[in-house]
Amino acid sequence: MSDLTLSVQPRRSLSLHNKKVRGIFYQVLLAGSLLALALGIGIQTTSNMRARGIPLSFGFWNEAAGFDINQTLISYDTLSTYGQAFWVGVVNTLYVSLLAILLATLLGFVVGIARLSQNWIVAKVATSYVEVIRNIPLLLQLLFWYNAVLKPLPAPKSSIEIPGGIYLNNRGLIIPEIQLHPGAGLVDLAFAAAIFFCIVFCFYAKRAQRRTGRQLPVLLVSLATLIGFPLVIFLAAGEPVSFIRPQLHGFNFQGGHQLYPEFAALLIGLSVYTGSYIAEIVRGGVQAVAKGQTEAAYALGFSPGKTLRLVVVPQALRIIIPPLTSQYLNLTKNSSLAVFVGYPDLVQIFAGTVLNQTGAAVQVMAITLAVYLAISIVTSLAMNAFNRHFAIVER
Amino acid sequence: MRSMLKGLIAVAMACTASSAWSATLDNVKKNGVLTCGTNSATAGFSLPDNEGKWTGFVVDYCRAVAAAVLGDAQKVKFIPLTPKDRFTALQSGEIDILAHNATWTSSRDMSLGILFAGTYFYDGQGFMVRKADNITSAKGLDGASICVTQGTTTELNLADYFRSQSLKYSTVGFADEEAVVKAFEEGRCDVLSADTSTLNASRLRMAKPDDSIVLPELISKEPLGPAVRQGDDQWFNVAKWTLYVMVAAEEFGVTSKNVDAMKSSDNPNIRRLLGVEGSIGKDIGLGDNWPVEVIKQVGNYGEVFDRNVGKDSPLKMERGLNALWNKGGIQYAPPIR
Repeated sequence: MSDLTLSVQPRRSLSLHNKKVRGIFYQVLLAGSLLALALGIGIQTTSNMRARGIPLSFGFWNEAAGFDINQTLISYDTLSTYGQAFWVGVVNTLYVSLLAILLATLLGFVVGIARLSQNWIVAKVATSYVEVIRNIPLLLQLLFWYNAVLKPLPAPKSSIEIPGGIYLNNRGLIIPEIQLHPGAGLVDLAFAAAIFFCIVFCFYAKRAQRRTGRQLPVLLVSLATLIGFPLVIFLAAGEPVSFIRPQLHGFNFQGGHQLYPEFAALLIGLSVYTGSYIAEIVRGGVQAVAKGQTEAAYALGFSPGKTLRLVVVPQALRIIIPPLTSQYLNLTKNSSLAVFVGYPDLVQIFAGTVLNQTGAAVQVMAITLAVYLAISIVTSLAMNAFNRHFAIVER
Repeated sequence: MRSMLKGLIAVAMACTASSAWSATLDNVKKNGVLTCGTNSATAGFSLPDNEGKWTGFVVDYCRAVAAAVLGDAQKVKFIPLTPKDRFTALQSGEIDILAHNATWTSSRDMSLGILFAGTYFYDGQGFMVRKADNITSAKGLDGASICVTQGTTTELNLADYFRSQSLKYSTVGFADEEAVVKAFEEGRCDVLSADTSTLNASRLRMAKPDDSIVLPELISKEPLGPAVRQGDDQWFNVAKWTLYVMVAAEEFGVTSKNVDAMKSSDNPNIRRLLGVEGSIGKDIGLGDNWPVEVIKQVGNYGEVFDRNVGKDSPLKMERGLNALWNKGGIQYAPPIR
């Protein structure tokens, strides 16, 4: 039919009256205009910046930063460059986001399932947690954890002492530093051997169950091996590990590892807040699994725990994962509220101090935006891959 | 389609229109109001009083510029800024002039597209500690936690000082000055470090001011001054000479009380300062009467100092370096002729 139209009226094929040509024409026009607009803004911005003497180059990247950062996971001191300060910020943002994602997921799953519990108290406690936390702005919660919970802890001189050389005060939680002595390598080896044994045992147990139908106590045996074997070697090697206990020296504790209250406030705040949303997603996912599935599992003699683990959760995961991805993305972006509790994340270090010391506002903001975009895209891709993995299981 | 083109043209025009920066003075005159960026809350320097009216040392400087340009010290719109945002606000044209507790440094003059127009307050960075800690010198601060405001020279000076003294420390930084003071008050840090003027001002606002002391050491030079955008020499001159007129007025004994009587003085210096002789107004693009308006409505440098931070204020700061050059300080105005 269309061939006929074309052959009868070939002239019209290139005119704007042709639906297809018209479509392409407007698409190109729109794309071109948008591109021209972006280009125009870019050129105008750079020429305006040049006219006002605002730095345009990225030359600051290799200059000495000259300021200190109190929590760094990679090496950094005052002689490091702005570029290194940027990486400290990126790593700190990733660190707190990843830990918070782990904690929020754990919390969310526990609470989400608890909301469905037959136990009245458990269900109500979980419901009130979700309703209270979900309805308070995150910034207020962060300020609450930081100002009302962590800062009022006692000063270093009157620290709360926890047995084992752990101290809690308003400068954070200070734990002993582990020092390894010769022979500590043996313990590591023992641990590796134990892990290997567990994997082998797992396979054996699975095959045994398939062959005989009998279940072996996999969890119990694994735990016993993982803890017991390295412990025996540890004692046999003459306890080759010692702890450097933190000592109060002058203003603060020296030695030991310190967990800063700024970090703790952000971690707790993000986990608790996002956990409440994840709890609702989990509850929704579980409730979306047809009741017949649970009943069928019970009819087959599954215990309630196994029903949940082997029948309900795998099906619920398919519904849970896509909205869970959004929560992970939100959490990562929300971590930029670190500024308000003094945790040195990317925004605080790079879009804060570095921006101010260099005056390169446009460059710094562009880089910061690009980093968040990259983190979000990588998270999305990973979660989508995870989602596909579960979707394939669908029958 | 036509509306889209219109939109494009409007955007293009908006972009080009905002690129005209040269005539800040004309813009201020046209708008009838001076937009001035100040500290958000530093007692004695910039703080709204209980009626919501801005008061303080840097606020009075803004008022002096408004008196010079518009003839009315009240025609100022104050934009409170954090140290982190202040230079960007000036660069982008959000404010006409920056009157902040900002330190004049070479890199800020050379690489930010701004110029400092003089020093209205000679300051130095110091440390505040709790009395209970029994610290008498900055050398005793080994291992201390120190609260600082982000994006200030404070952060850099601290790193320099502790490195040169081989002392350990850790900083806790916030963007907002009030958060920094609060963290010190609540014991998160052992030390609060800032310009001594800010330290004294912060101490007054604490619940128990007497529990803290400022250590005697100053670890840096902190000349605080107003800043304007580069490329507008006329406006730069207005900012610079408003300050010098206030300093010169103090030197010649001209105050807000006697300024009218002084116009008939025989002293040629005073006559030139007040525009009775010479041409203090014409070349800068203001009326000849502008120094009189500044002194009458705001006061000379000494009056502004005493009222806001000096002997007549709760801060009770000494003049120190900020005394006139002939009275043991370094405040000095070039000759007006």
